[in-house]
Amino acid sequence: MSTNPYVMNQPAHHILSVLVQNRPGVLARVAGLFARRGYNIFSLAVAPTEDPMLSRITIVVDVESAPLEQIVKQLFKLVDVVKISELDPRRSVERELLMATVRVPAEDRGQVVELTNIFEGKILAVGVEAITVSLEGSPDKLDDFEELLRGYGIVELQRTGRVALPKLDKEARLKAVKHGKAS
Amino acid sequence: MTQKITGAQALIRALELENVDTIFGLPGGCILPAYDPLLDSPIRHILVRHEQGAGHMAEGYAHVTGRPGVAMVTSGPAATNMVTPLCDAYMDSIPMVCITGQVPTTAIGTDAFQECDTVGITRSVTKHNELIMSADDVPLMVRQAFHIATTGRPGPVLLDLPKDVLQNSMTWHWPSDEEVLDSLPGYKPVSKGHPRMIKEAARMILDAKQPIIYAGGGILKARAADALRELAELIDTPVVTTLMARGAFPDDHPLCLGMPGMHGNATAITAMQKSDLLITLGARFDDRITGKVATFAPDAKIIHVDIDPAEQGKVRRPDVPIVGDCRLVIEEIIKAIKDLLNGGDKQQDISAWKSRVSGWREQFPLYYPSNEPGEALKPQYCLEQLRDGAPEGTILCSGVGQHQMWSSQYWKFNEPYTWVNSGGLGTMGFSVPAAIGAKVGRPDRTVWAVDGDGCFQMTAQELVTASVERIPIKVAILNNSYLGMVRQWQEMFYEERYSEVYLSPELPDFVKWAESMGCIGIRVESPEEVQPAIEKANSIDDRSVVVEFRVDAGEKVFPMVPAGFSNDDVLLHPDQNNRREFLR
Repeated sequence: MSTNPYVMNQPAHHILSVLVQNRPGVLARVAGLFARRGYNIFSLAVAPTEDPMLSRITIVVDVESAPLEQIVKQLFKLVDVVKISELDPRRSVERELLMATVRVPAEDRGQVVELTNIFEGKILAVGVEAITVSLEGSPDKLDDFEELLRGYGIVELQRTGRVALPKLDKEARLKAVKHGKAS
Repeated sequence: MTQKITGAQALIRALELENVDTIFGLPGGCILPAYDPLLDSPIRHILVRHEQGAGHMAEGYAHVTGRPGVAMVTSGPAATNMVTPLCDAYMDSIPMVCITGQVPTTAIGTDAFQECDTVGITRSVTKHNELIMSADDVPLMVRQAFHIATTGRPGPVLLDLPKDVLQNSMTWHWPSDEEVLDSLPGYKPVSKGHPRMIKEAARMILDAKQPIIYAGGGILKARAADALRELAELIDTPVVTTLMARGAFPDDHPLCLGMPGMHGNATAITAMQKSDLLITLGARFDDRITGKVATFAPDAKIIHVDIDPAEQGKVRRPDVPIVGDCRLVIEEIIKAIKDLLNGGDKQQDISAWKSRVSGWREQFPLYYPSNEPGEALKPQYCLEQLRDGAPEGTILCSGVGQHQMWSSQYWKFNEPYTWVNSGGLGTMGFSVPAAIGAKVGRPDRTVWAVDGDGCFQMTAQELVTASVERIPIKVAILNNSYLGMVRQWQEMFYEERYSEVYLSPELPDFVKWAESMGCIGIRVESPEEVQPAIEKANSIDDRSVVVEFRVDAGEKVFPMVPAGFSNDDVLLHPDQNNRREFLR
């Protein structure tokens, strides 16, 4: 977990909420730009928004803020990118979904069930020697849950990457990145 | 009025409505349907011998006219041959629209004959690209392509047209400006600068004691040469013109310092280095300009005007960033300065700075040892003679390497849009096709291509195109039988260990080659032959001329700031080194 930027106290990651035209190839353009300019995408979630013409790509980038400015400006230059908001992790609500299959003999299954209940997760499937659980919540909470499951032996685990919206308090407006729309 | 026409007819009609007068191209399987309606169109098609040539011709055309160059080729290998010119145009912000054929939509993804992922391959070398999946979309996509290619920071746009899209029938509709803008909600280039920033820039300019105007290619893209001149004269401030901006400010103007950078002149380099304010107009702090960034112009504040916000702070953080069109912003800055002056403000006295700059100019003119009788011909001498013999308004194109740097150094560019070269990508083989494109765009002008023997061998076959299409250009090959710039680096930085840089003085026979392509070929081996050969070349108007100058292979380009060096440590010509102390 040492490479996980979520676990640090001060945000070492940035969340970019990128509104794009819902067209073929847009994701490739966005992902290609990150690769071409030498930036790592930590996680990525993409789905249509309330307006079916638009999709929202939520990108978590683990970089210092100076180079982020450059990647944001380069993103703006993509013709299909309509709007970019940088979400401050301290002022946004973030959610992620985790699914995991844990190897656990029938006699110990109760412990995993209990753990899942404590975290308010769900039991998705039960086998003789394995159990599949899911948990939706803040990435921190998922980290904790994952850590505890690890003690039992994770067979497979999948996380979705986070999605985020600004908090509803007064200061937590979307910090629209200020630079004008690019050429 | 609704009428059914094919996608191909719609394409050609749309190009006509975009005022395209020339297409550079080469047909093939998938683009065949588009070549049929072309027969009935007033658009001139120039049939190239290699698709890369079509791309560079479109660039040359765009360079000198300011209008987007158009290239049209087929799918697969034709599209991949177009990658180099697209990347070249992208790096140098050249407006260009490229149309490629594609396998039918039903065959896409099956590894069909001559199929390639054109849109995927060209994504990172175009400003924008689109695969058109329906004939109905053709007119809107064409309009979008021209809009995107020519507005904001210009660049190449590619449209990929599957064969069935070209064959299918569609209902013609020519979208309005509004429809085009509405279809591009994510594309809103800024053109007007921020008024507060403009005021701040004006104030900073008046307060500067050692200002320099750092003019880049954006001046030419924005048609801002007149505005630049007005600003420079208003504030009486010296101007450096980057490789991409040669001609944007007249070389014979007393305020012009010429080219800075890796092979810039010592005065331009040092003046930037010592300045306290760099008024950066449409330039991007390229590594060839800055040298080692950490030591670049350490005491200078930066005003940075650029239409592309991503250039602001990419290399050097500006004190006053202004996103906008160079011409509009410069005009606003002039107005703001005049307002301040009318309000009683005064500009700092910069006469001491200007005399310091003049001192450098006196001490460090461009220099090469003159031709001694019996010694090899100096390439710089050839360029001086070319320059002095060139008719008024001559357009100069160059390839990439030593000859390019000497061209930029020794030519006198007194008019914008008379210099065509590959600056950002550094594409060897650029000059011959670019010169052909330039001549098509400006048939009234003499067009000289200065090329190296290495470059010429990459794209020379386009002289066949020039002969067949009756596009008379002139080519000066500076034949030093080496990949000269690489040779120079190996001499200077690899202990004279020459690795794979020797070509051959005799092979190919450039004169015979030129003649076989329908051109006049002239060989020049000694200084006294130079002028008569140039005179002869300039007197021939009905066909292309190739003059091969056999030049001194040992000649190096100076000054030089080696890669990674600070501009403070510019290498002067060895004969000038004893004056180094004056470079303070």
